[in-house]
Amino acid sequence: MTDTRITRDEVARVARLARLALSDDELNALRDDLDAILGYVAKLSELDVSEVEPTTHAIPLEMPTRRDEVVQTLSRDEVLSNAPSAEDGMFKVPTILEGGN
Amino acid sequence: MSSSEWEAVIGLEVHAQLKTSSKLFSRESAQYGAEPNTQVNEVCAGMPGALPVINERAVEYAMVAGYALGCEVHLWSQFARKNYFYPDLPKGYQISQFKHPICTGGGVDYLLDGELKRCNLTRIHLEEDAGKNIHAPNGSLVDLNRAGVPLIEIVGEPELRSADEATAYLKELRNILRYLDVCDGNLEEGSFRCDANVSVRPRGQEAFGTRAELKNINSFRFIQRAIDYEIARQIDLLENGEQVVQETRLFNHDTGRTTSMRSKEEAHDYRYFPDPDLPPLVIAPEWSERVKAALPELPGQKRERYQRDLGLPAYDADVLTQARPVAEFFEAAVAAHDNPKGIANWVMNEVLREVDNPEEGLDALAFGPAQLAELVQMVDDKELTGKIAKAVFAKMVESGQAPTEIADAEGLRPIRDEGRLRALIADILANNPAQVEQFRGGKTKLMGFFIGQLMQQTRGKADPGLGRKLLMEELNSDNEDG
Repeated sequence: MTDTRITRDEVARVARLARLALSDDELNALRDDLDAILGYVAKLSELDVSEVEPTTHAIPLEMPTRRDEVVQTLSRDEVLSNAPSAEDGMFKVPTILEGGN
Repeated sequence: MSSSEWEAVIGLEVHAQLKTSSKLFSRESAQYGAEPNTQVNEVCAGMPGALPVINERAVEYAMVAGYALGCEVHLWSQFARKNYFYPDLPKGYQISQFKHPICTGGGVDYLLDGELKRCNLTRIHLEEDAGKNIHAPNGSLVDLNRAGVPLIEIVGEPELRSADEATAYLKELRNILRYLDVCDGNLEEGSFRCDANVSVRPRGQEAFGTRAELKNINSFRFIQRAIDYEIARQIDLLENGEQVVQETRLFNHDTGRTTSMRSKEEAHDYRYFPDPDLPPLVIAPEWSERVKAALPELPGQKRERYQRDLGLPAYDADVLTQARPVAEFFEAAVAAHDNPKGIANWVMNEVLREVDNPEEGLDALAFGPAQLAELVQMVDDKELTGKIAKAVFAKMVESGQAPTEIADAEGLRPIRDEGRLRALIADILANNPAQVEQFRGGKTKLMGFFIGQLMQQTRGKADPGLGRKLLMEELNSDNEDG
């Protein structure tokens, strides 16, 4: 199924969206892996599932709900304790450019 | 082409924060305005292994909004992850709804220049808010208090054709959410936010033009200006043979212009997928029936009822329903004294003048609807003249006393004592023989003069109807005698 092969560019794009830095070797290896997965899925889609309800979740559960009550668990110091950098009680991150141009 | 040959196409997306105590998926407080990062727990900070559990009140509020806006409310809906990277989004994804939102369809009927219009809705879905970025000189600072606050996103169809329509639609939508008490509708604090998709096309063309999405608009005035600016900008581009670029543009409050955000087309590939941490949301039919049954009367329904059942003009019905506390004050007063138009006039002309922000309620007033009803009743019963009623009202504003008490304490009740009035009239006639003679000679316009004298003698308190009747009697009977 060479015509349906996922391209290297597509793999690179997905990696970029997930903020993954991949070497050339890794890209090629992942391309093969993804290809195998897509091939498997393509095989599944040969089945006629028009009579089957779409599955959105592997476990047949309904969502539990909770009452609208406030319980505080973490202090601000605890919240910030894992942050590489903090200032004025806030997480500090590299400058975000909003609005550019 | 002149600008009238172009037509604007506007679709609005509104993010409304739900008035819950806790966040959408955790028990942390959702209150606005706390010190940064004091309302953050393991779930909102996106710590590994922390699992979301949904707030039933947020679900209920989404249902309330859905039923009130005529949507189909789906008893089975699903949450999805919207993946993107931004510092205010600690998990790297926002929990939202994608393929199976809680509500679809529906619409908003709004008034523009007295004309009833409608904008249909595509959908309403539940999602969590992101945190806030604050820009500092040497970096950006992140406050996660807002992360996880429940939102409904209300997506309108691209059916609006002008900034005026967009503003009127938004005001009505905001008013409805406030009537429902599910969102406090504060644009400045960001509890009611609007993104506008704007495009233009030659009038008569069916296909939409390329659209730009406007963000960062936090007042109705700015919405109007941002959309007007954007329409003009796009028409200008097209008339100069250029293209509109599909992009996100920020409205700048200071310049009144929109400017392009750095194109992040790639970042718009959100790779939605069902959130494996959250099974489908299944709403029991009894729950949805209970919500439906408890819906309050909405501004549009009140407007109609005020005109149909209470006989109010459209203008009055519109003014009185702009804020739910005003409508409720009006209705309570009408329940106490059945003169809707009289009470409407007092509410619109006097009561509203005493209130800074009617949406926040009329509780700050010293008096209540019962006192206003009493005042209007006294006027209707000719217990007070219109002019004195205003003076009584001023006292009510100060002290909150009942108008009957004020009228008694200040001696403001009209003088109805016939004997006293006749004695005063006799004096007036005796002191103004020339005018009496002229009157009897046919110059009946002088009645105004005599009434004026009587009012002066009684400091405005003579019952005007009775005073006139007695004056007429005295002037004419003496004439007959003489």
